[in-house]
This record gives sequence, structure tokens and C-alpha cells, in this order.
Amino acid sequence: MNIINIEHIAKVYQVGSEEVHALRDVTLKINQNEYVAIMGPSGSGKSTLMNMLGCLDTPTSGIYDFKNVSVSEMTDNELARIRNKEIGFVFQTFNLLARSDAVHNVELPLIYAGVTSSERKERARQALIDVGLGDRMHHKPNELSGGQRQRVAIARALVTNPAIILADEPTGNLDSKTGEEIMALFHEIHERGNTIILVTHEEYIAEHALRIIRLKDGLIEKDETVEKRYIPKAKASFV
Amino acid sequence: MFAIFFELNEGLSIAWRAIKANKIRAALTMLGIFIGITAVVLMSTAIKGIENSIQSGVSTLGSDNLYIDKFAWFSNQEFWKMRNRENITMEDFKKFKELAKLPDVVVPLLYSRQTIKYGNRKIDDGVLNGSNSDFLTTTNFDFELGRFYSEIESNGSRNVVVIGNEIASKLFPRGDALDKVVKIGAVNYKIIGVLARMESLFNSPDNQIYLPIGTIFKNFASRNRGTVTIVVKARNPQMVEDTKIEAEGVMRKVRGLSHKEENDFSVNQQEALTSFFDNITIVIKIAGLFITGLSLFVGAIGIMNIMFVSVKERTKEIGLRKAIGATRRTILIQFLLESSVICIIGGLFGLIAAILLSLMLNQFFPTSIQYDVVILAIFISLLTGIFAGLAPAYTAAKMDPVEALRFE
Repeated sequence: MNIINIEHIAKVYQVGSEEVHALRDVTLKINQNEYVAIMGPSGSGKSTLMNMLGCLDTPTSGIYDFKNVSVSEMTDNELARIRNKEIGFVFQTFNLLARSDAVHNVELPLIYAGVTSSERKERARQALIDVGLGDRMHHKPNELSGGQRQRVAIARALVTNPAIILADEPTGNLDSKTGEEIMALFHEIHERGNTIILVTHEEYIAEHALRIIRLKDGLIEKDETVEKRYIPKAKASFV
Repeated sequence: MFAIFFELNEGLSIAWRAIKANKIRAALTMLGIFIGITAVVLMSTAIKGIENSIQSGVSTLGSDNLYIDKFAWFSNQEFWKMRNRENITMEDFKKFKELAKLPDVVVPLLYSRQTIKYGNRKIDDGVLNGSNSDFLTTTNFDFELGRFYSEIESNGSRNVVVIGNEIASKLFPRGDALDKVVKIGAVNYKIIGVLARMESLFNSPDNQIYLPIGTIFKNFASRNRGTVTIVVKARNPQMVEDTKIEAEGVMRKVRGLSHKEENDFSVNQQEALTSFFDNITIVIKIAGLFITGLSLFVGAIGIMNIMFVSVKERTKEIGLRKAIGATRRTILIQFLLESSVICIIGGLFGLIAAILLSLMLNQFFPTSIQYDVVILAIFISLLTGIFAGLAPAYTAAKMDPVEALRFE
């Protein structure tokens, strides 16, 4: 099933009197249960594309259909709703609420979705168990290691059962061993049938995916299937 | 849709955590609102107290009484013109009483200022009210001790007095005034009654002395000096206007005025007094509330300032919340709630302080705490919170999530 359908999208920013073409003409399709890595040097339009895919921003021109619904002309509130329901974000810096424990961090998107408190708690707990943090439910971010924080963030992304998981340099702030564990978790999540889009500039991280899209100067340079896929050896969860 | 309810709940818990995380900052911010609310509540309590005491003071005069007097109580007429009017005499009073058909009671009233002594205690400038035994029906006096003077005592111009509560407690601190003999001027008088406390600012009976009018004439003044006030009590409040019209006509007849001549007397009414004091309280109210409102406003600016800082500090958090599905409304509500919670907590402490202070002040000055003031204070706190939070909350709500997430 097709989830993302982008045709000839462009994004132009106005910086002072100058126009910056962050994306020039990008066309791509992403189907369900794909595992895509988006790569490119800085300034290639990789972040702009990710913001676009994540419905954080709308294109200047072109078509963006998400599950056959046009996103290009959505209002702020409609975009917020689609981000809430369909997209799970994982950031390089985790972006957890410092004063809230793991459960509360994970249930946050469910609050905005209008889920009742008891159901929220139940689903948040399950999501934390799924990422291997069943014993860290009530720890605050400063009581968790970097890898554990990223797991909380992943649980938060999974808890709404989104159509895609959008991960922006998820291992960028982690040491290589912990990074490997996080990649193993993504592998497992993908195996369970989820769609993952991974933004990275590291070749060996990108090779965990099944497909790599390389961007350069706001255009797709290469869209290739990974021949020799890297299967993580680390254990995904501690369960 | 339960979302709005959950958002409110989440907003409240965020607000609470934010306040807990920055205790000193929150406390200092609350101080502004605390002072503002204390000032506003205290001021409105004081104003209410003044109003109440004026009201009860005026009502001791009786709302259905008319006072025919040489002078108008409050008027733009020239004082000199009124001063040249002829005094109202006891003869005028007697004629008036005979001719007037509508009033319930008509009594004369004559004032005199004298020194009252008992042993080595004395009161300078005590106000003597001379009238007759019917005077009691024009008042709402209660007695702590004894009684009012009788018709026989009145007609006989006996040396008996009824004294106000304040005078009684000054001259007789042990409360044993009844049947004692006081000296007013050079003459001895027997105290036959002590009034219960009336508590009023204006012309309080607590500081007056009541005695038969004949006694004043006999002991202090010749019959031709001092002007008599004719007190006319209407049968009921509805008849005050008719009684007033009649009184004016009768009095003109008594004075023998032709239809071309102006009144050489004034018919006064409690209403004139009430409206005069109303004007004063309005001025006090506006000035008082303006000044205290200003302190509340300064408090609100402080909160606005802190809220802007709070929004700036949490830019990244706002970005995250937006990324995972918070709408503009959600963010707006979150920050409005935070400033409202700060204001309401500050306001509640202010209210408690104001109540305690006004209970203390009540020893020296009439104050009155009203339930509506309590509700008003909470409402004003909430309003201040929303007012102070609006601009910062709006700034937060319209943030671009991409920019906000990138903020370091």
C-alpha cells in the first residue's frame, strides 16, 4: 500500500532579498513496511525533505499525498492532527520533557489525541515494555542513559501506531555500541511491519535500511535498493 | 471530544510542574499579584465599610423624616442669603403643627453645645438635642439602660437627660450611668436613659445628649435666640413626597409669604444627605481603585515579563509538542493556564492577607469583608492572569515547529 506520494515538490525560502531553493524538484513514493534511508551532505535539502515528509512544513509547489490525502494545502491544525495520528518522530537530541517520567513522556501524543487517562497509561506502559524499558517506567530523563532516553523517544513515536516512523539522526548523540542497539530496535520495529524513514549522513547507519535515497542540491541524485544490507547483531530489547 | 478536557488537565499539570521547577521565580512573580490583590481587596473593603457606616449613619435620621430648617443642608444657594433668613421659632412650630394634616408626628428640635461634667471627667462641646417626648418616634433608638423622657417631664421642662453610648462610656467607664447626676453648664441633670451603640460616622447619636426643649430654653437660651428645626415624620415612605409638598405650603402660610416671595426656609431630607455622601464615596472609590489597580497592573506586567522568558526558555519543548500533535490552541491554553495559575495562587494569598489585615484595621476603622469581594478578587486574579499571559501565549502558539525544534 502506498503511504507517501510526492510529485515534483519544491521548497523556496526567502532569506532577506535572496531566494534559497532548498528543494528543487523531488518525486518519490514510499510504500508500507519500507525501510528508507535519506542521505546527503548538509545543504542537500535532506532536512527540508524530512520536515516535508513529517508534515511540519508544506511545499511551495508540487503534490504531496499522504495515504491519498493531499497535505499540500492543509491548515496548521489539520497538519497537527496528521502528525499526531500518522507520524512518529524520533530526534537526534531525544527531545524528552525533562520534568516528566518515562510514562508521561510516552503518553504525551495520546493526550493530544484525546485518549482517556487509563488507556493512555496502559498503552504507554506497553510501548515502554516493547522497547525494553519495562523496568524504567517512572524514571525521569536525567535518570536514564542516552540509549534509554532514545528508547523512551522511540516508545513515544510508536505509541500512537503511526503510519510512518520518521527518525532524524537517531544515533547521532550515542556511542557506537548504543547506536547499534538502537538500530537493532529499529530493525525489530521494521520486522513487525512498520514503515521507517531514517535521515542520516552516515553510510553504515544508512545500510541498515532496504533503500537509500541520496539527495544533492535539492534534487534526488540516486534512489537505490541496498544490495548488502547490514543486519544488526546486537540484541534489540532487554526483555 | 475529550481532547480539550485532557489538554486542560495536561496544561494544569505542566503549569504546576513549571512553577515547582522555578519556585523562587514563581514566588517573586506572585508577589506582584499578591500585593495588587491585597491592595484592591483592602481598598474595596474599606470603601464598603465607609459606605456602610454612612448608610447606617444616615438611616439613624429616619428615611421618612423631613427637616424644616433655616438652612438648606446641601445647596448652591448663597450662605449669606440663608443667613439673613429669619430664625424659625417655637411659635412657627406650633402654627405649623396645627395646620399640617398629613404628618404622623411633628416635633421641634433645638441644638446647643455645652460642656458636660461628671466628677473630674468632662466632655467639651457636647451636642444637646432639645425636643419633646414625641421625638422618639422620629428615631430608631434602642436603649441600653433606662428610657426616653416622658411627656410630663417634657412639658415640665425637667432637668433630665438621655445620653448617647459614647458619652456614657467616656463619663462612666464602668457602665453605671443610670440615675447619676451630671453637670451641664451650671445646672445638674439626672441621667434617665443610655442609648445602645449606633455606630455611624455622620452625626452619630452615640455622641449626643437628648433633653426636653423647654429645659434648653430655660437654662441656656432666651426664647428669641437659636433657630428651631421642625422635624416632620411622614406616615409611611410612600407619603414622604406628599407630606413634603404640604409642609412647604403650610410653612409658607405660617411665614405669611405672598406668592411672589421665595421660601425663607428649607425642607431638608435624608435623600440630599445620601446623595451628597454618594458623591464623596464615588470619588474615594475611583481614586482608590485607580491607585490600587495600578499596583495590580504593575504585577501583571511582571507576570507578562516572566511568561515571555518562560516561552523563550521552552521554545524547544513547544516545538516538540507541536511536532507530536499539539495545535495552536493547545499551546495557547497551556501558557494561559500557567499565568492564570500563578495569578490565582498569588491572588488567594493576597486575599487571605487582605482579610487578616482588614480584621486588624477594623479595630480603628470600619471595614467590611463581603463575599462578593472574595469572588471578585479571584475573578480579577484570573483576568489578570489571562491578560498577562495572552501576548506570551500567542507568541508561543504561532511558533513554527521547525524553527522551534532547531532552537538551542
